[in-house]
Amino acid sequence: MDPEAAKYIGAGIATLGMAGAALGVSSIFSNFLTGALRNPSAAPSQVGNLIFGFAVTEALGIFSFLVALILLFVV
Amino acid sequence: MAGTDPIHQFVIYDIFKLFTIGGDGTEGSGTDIAFTNSALFMVLTVATVCLFMLLAPRKAAIVPGRLQLSAELLYEFIANMLRSSAGTEGMRFFPFVFSLFAFVLVANLFGMVPYFFTVTSHIIVTFALAMLVITVVLVYGFMRHGVKFLKLFAPAGIPTPILFIVVPIEIVSFLSRPVSLSVRLFGNILAGHITLKVFTGFVVTMGAAGFLGWLGALLPLTMGVALTALEFLVAAVQAYVFAVLTSMYLNDAVHPSH
Repeated sequence: MDPEAAKYIGAGIATLGMAGAALGVSSIFSNFLTGALRNPSAAPSQVGNLIFGFAVTEALGIFSFLVALILLFVV
Repeated sequence: MAGTDPIHQFVIYDIFKLFTIGGDGTEGSGTDIAFTNSALFMVLTVATVCLFMLLAPRKAAIVPGRLQLSAELLYEFIANMLRSSAGTEGMRFFPFVFSLFAFVLVANLFGMVPYFFTVTSHIIVTFALAMLVITVVLVYGFMRHGVKFLKLFAPAGIPTPILFIVVPIEIVSFLSRPVSLSVRLFGNILAGHITLKVFTGFVVTMGAAGFLGWLGALLPLTMGVALTALEFLVAAVQAYVFAVLTSMYLNDAVHPSH
């Protein structure tokens, strides 16, 4: 297989990793909302943890996007 | 498609050459040390942060004006975050964490200005910052606790047979910290800027196609506006996450047994 074609196919497959990251991020926010609706007065104190958990989980989705970008533009 | 190439925005070029290390004096040998566009924006970032923090307490009042209030909010935000992550002994790292947060935040925000270069979109910059953090953690941990710092890898209350599995896992997870810290910031900023460039490139491409093209170009333009807003959010959140993770790693150095 021609390396150009392999690069594009590889980049496409690499984007499948974002499915896991999407599930992770939605899990964080849905659990936060569940907790916030049960205990609304405690919700603002946890927004810091929410943003932090979101960023750390999203990083993994970005890592897979990064692999796709490296395959397209760097290799 | 050369004008809408999404990688061209990340090219580093020399503004003026400083000196050459190694080599034998002929053209092209050795390593040139030059003042690059990346260096220019790093200097601008540091100058902006210093200027802001120096100008804000002028005319300091008990009831603060806007500038003083914003500087105090920034200070309090990082101080509270560091105190809650690393405790009162961790507060000795406050200048370090504040400088990191301010540098990453302003560098990310400068990248959002058109035609400015994004310093943190290069892995070498974010890797240098992450290695700085891990070096501070290791050096302070060993200076303060000596060899007992290695108890970090053997959390309390684990039965001995499982320890043989847990300790290598803890060591590997510690070694992955600089990698994840640097790649998280680098990947977020790089991916965001490339996506923005690709979508706005679509506006240009569709705009070249006559009247229907102009109508159609409104869609990627709207997407571009939404992405710019997202990029501002990501710039701030990634700076915050870098600072929070630094505080947590410093907490491991200050109180090694978790």
